Amino acid sequence: MRSGETFDDKFIQVRLPTLTRLFKAGGPMSLLKSILVFFCLFAGLTGQAFAQADAESLRNLVNELAKGKYAETEQQIEALVATGNPAAAPVLKALGVGNLYFRKSDNAVFIARKSGKTFVLTDPLTLEPTGEAGKREIKKIKVNNKLRRVVRAALGSLTLQAPDPEVRRSAASAIFKAKDPDSIPALNVAIAAETDDGVLKVMEQARAAAVLNSDLDASDKLAAVATLSEMGNRDALSLLIGLQSTAEGDLRDAAVSAAAKIEKSIAAWDTAQNVWYGLSLGSVLLLAAIGLAITFGVMGVINMAHGEMVMIGAYTTFVVQELIRTSAPGLFEYSLLIALPLAFLTSGVIGIGIERGVIRWLYGRPLETLLATWGISLILQQAVRSLFGPTNREVGNPDWMSGAFELGQMTITYNRMWIIVFALVVFAALMLVLKKTPFGLYTRAVTQNRRMAASMGIRTPWIDALTFGLGSGIAGVAGVALSQIDNVSPNLGQGYIIDSFMVVVFGGVGNLWGTLVGAMTLGVVNKFLEPYAGAVLGKIFVLVFIILFIQKRPRGLFALKGRAVEA
Amino acid sequence: MKKTFTKFALAGLMASTMIGGAAAEDTIKVGILHSLSGTMAISETTLKDAMLMLIEEQNKKGGLLGKKLEAVVVDPASDWPLFAEKARELIEVNGVDAVFGCWTSVSRKSVLPVFEELNSLLFYPVQYEGEESQRNVFYTGAAPNQQAIPAVDYLMNEEGVERWVLAGTDYVYPRTTNKILEAYLKSKGVAEEDIMINYTPFGHSDWQTIVSDIKAFGSAGKKTAVVSTINGDANVPFYKELGNAGIKAEDIPVVAFSVGEEELAGLDTAPLVGHLAAWNYFQSADTDANAEFIDTWQAFVGDDNRVTNDPMEAHFIGFNMWVEAVEKAGTTDPDAVIDSIVGVTVPNLTGGYSAMMPNHHITKPVLIGEIQEDGQFETVWETSGTVVGDAWSDYLDGSKDLISDWRAPMSCGNFNTATGKCGGSGS
Repeated sequence: MRSGETFDDKFIQVRLPTLTRLFKAGGPMSLLKSILVFFCLFAGLTGQAFAQADAESLRNLVNELAKGKYAETEQQIEALVATGNPAAAPVLKALGVGNLYFRKSDNAVFIARKSGKTFVLTDPLTLEPTGEAGKREIKKIKVNNKLRRVVRAALGSLTLQAPDPEVRRSAASAIFKAKDPDSIPALNVAIAAETDDGVLKVMEQARAAAVLNSDLDASDKLAAVATLSEMGNRDALSLLIGLQSTAEGDLRDAAVSAAAKIEKSIAAWDTAQNVWYGLSLGSVLLLAAIGLAITFGVMGVINMAHGEMVMIGAYTTFVVQELIRTSAPGLFEYSLLIALPLAFLTSGVIGIGIERGVIRWLYGRPLETLLATWGISLILQQAVRSLFGPTNREVGNPDWMSGAFELGQMTITYNRMWIIVFALVVFAALMLVLKKTPFGLYTRAVTQNRRMAASMGIRTPWIDALTFGLGSGIAGVAGVALSQIDNVSPNLGQGYIIDSFMVVVFGGVGNLWGTLVGAMTLGVVNKFLEPYAGAVLGKIFVLVFIILFIQKRPRGLFALKGRAVEA
Repeated sequence: MKKTFTKFALAGLMASTMIGGAAAEDTIKVGILHSLSGTMAISETTLKDAMLMLIEEQNKKGGLLGKKLEAVVVDPASDWPLFAEKARELIEVNGVDAVFGCWTSVSRKSVLPVFEELNSLLFYPVQYEGEESQRNVFYTGAAPNQQAIPAVDYLMNEEGVERWVLAGTDYVYPRTTNKILEAYLKSKGVAEEDIMINYTPFGHSDWQTIVSDIKAFGSAGKKTAVVSTINGDANVPFYKELGNAGIKAEDIPVVAFSVGEEELAGLDTAPLVGHLAAWNYFQSADTDANAEFIDTWQAFVGDDNRVTNDPMEAHFIGFNMWVEAVEKAGTTDPDAVIDSIVGVTVPNLTGGYSAMMPNHHITKPVLIGEIQEDGQFETVWETSGTVVGDAWSDYLDGSKDLISDWRAPMSCGNFNTATGKCGGSGS
């Protein structure tokens, strides 16, 4: 803040001549006046000088950050916090996220942001832009996890009285995590002044955490245990369990019973959480399998290249995002919506190509179809590998797909939630197409009785091609969703092909409702087994379960009945 | 149709043998045995390119022993038995003098008998579980004591971690490494109930349960960390779930042994800042040698954004060691090179030197890095000097008495100091 200092210097230089002129003016009245004015000015000046000294010392403290290793940086942060000056908050914030740099030539500290090949510098205290610097002129002030924790706690105590309630809330939760007893006085002040009920609650919880860590009386601590017991989540549980090993007497008993109460409620929530995880896994299975339910279930084609259709859908998303990044960054939030129809078309067209080029020559010869489509899957994988390279491609999550929210003691991540919604929408849309459109009618007619349908004037080869295209297109749409949770690599599809067949066979070949119920059942069963058996054994159990089930009901959960089965 | 195909195939075969025959006179052949298709192609293709670059650079410097080097690339297609076949093809049919290759431990185990039988050389560039020392193999990646143990020490001392989740993919490297780590942690006084071990299948993509288990395990009033030996593709969904579930590095840090710059390239790393990895090299290493290596690499692949990683550095070191050993021996004969390579010291890319030890492992510095927003790692801790790779772990029964020394007169990969005999047991 060099510019700021020069401003202050000039200010003083202007004032001093004014003073001397006043003294020269003479006269008792004017003398009194001038004394008054002098005092006023003096007071103003000293205030100015103090503010200036404050700014100066703060700047010095900030510039200190350029020196030393992690241990020194920690002390420097503490010194900054000790000033209690809210101007230090942006500095700490930048330090925490790794945007604080110093200039190698004079050790001056800046907030720097990369733009192209250079860095744009901002003054850390005035927050005004101060030019640009090359990559080699400045150096980042390194932080590690320990320092990030210190910064988080420091920011908490500096922003506890910020005007924005969201800032105050995050400040309070930062103090909760730091559980620093030194912040109790600041919390007391903040709690007294707080008007927002939600924030007040978080502040009281933060105070309780800090109290448990302090050497206050047992009565204070008992009140804190009560607050935490009411809070009732894992963070509170963690503190209470920690307290059990240190506390004695009543306090220990209170902690034990509070922890037991929380554990009980968490156990109940855990069941809900498992169901949710199961539905989420089920929706992923449904998305992967639903296209196959058409090509394999309805048409009877064993399509081993199904997974690659999913993969192509995911790569379509990648290409769309790349184009958006280079040409229209503003559209990024809509990238998935744009990718959906494109993925459907790309995979669908490739699917039609495969049907016309290979599969139609092989109808009625399942073994050859299996081998041919397996070959196609390898060709597609290698083609994508040569085109996009063997490494993973980054598909970004739009903001509405990132993060999580808490529902009771459950954590629900947005991407999983939207994927469940999306899977159900896709399912409903597909049902609608098959049941309510002429194309769906033809499809059902052709799969139920091909010759009769042909006699009625339906062009069966084209219906075959379009149905296969529809199945592949749906797989492509699934790829858009899966790109959000899995990695986009040429192998993406392989991981889903076995699961997809499992779901379709389990649910009942030829029945879309069976696919839905099958996918959800397998998902939930898998997620209930996983905590007890582990992921590896859980998967094995599910496979064994399906094999036994198929022995009992060879046609799956929802078997088709009637003449169509015999045909 | 069939006839023309046979003709083509014959012509192709003849052409390739002719090229081979003509070139055999004045080149030294180097085999590259990395998967270019299948699951492992994601990691191994890069190493193939790195080797081609190193060979090209060496040829620019005038080759080796007055001859040009010639790379022979084969594709074992992530198929473990095929590795053995392709290794045999490289040595017997193509007559290569050394092979650089393999990634997974199972592929290495599959080629070991071939190298022993045909007496050739394999340079293996990836961190592995240890418990092995072969006369024909040079391990230029990290042994557990050059990666896993220092990482755990860092978390214990710097972060004050008391509770440990050991999460891994279900195969030999994570299982052995976790066995060693568990024994090590217990020797440091960590209680049984403070260690949680979890295995997942290859390519596991639904991490919800495990991430919430980790969260639950971490809320027991003690500082918790995750030691991850999760391999390959499974990492991306794992980190995505971590980020979305809001597990911050400040609260529960994850230290990974199989996640490098290359793996992070497919990820948005902003929610992962601060999670750790332990390697012997990071692209961010601030040395001239590294800057030159990165420039050469990016020019070679024609992509300014391609990253470098630890196994690439291992190949860089291994290749230079082989070149120096061949020059020292004056021949590419495997027996002569095996004798001359022990003690060969070459510069590494992090500003130090790496030496080939008698147990066919090398000395390396250990770096702990934190993930940054730009997908790079920032070194937050490093060993003051280099660490000697230990073939046989000191923390496992059955291997702590074993030592390896391939110099005459011992020439033994598993000498048992308790019984005084070569050929002690190892797992």
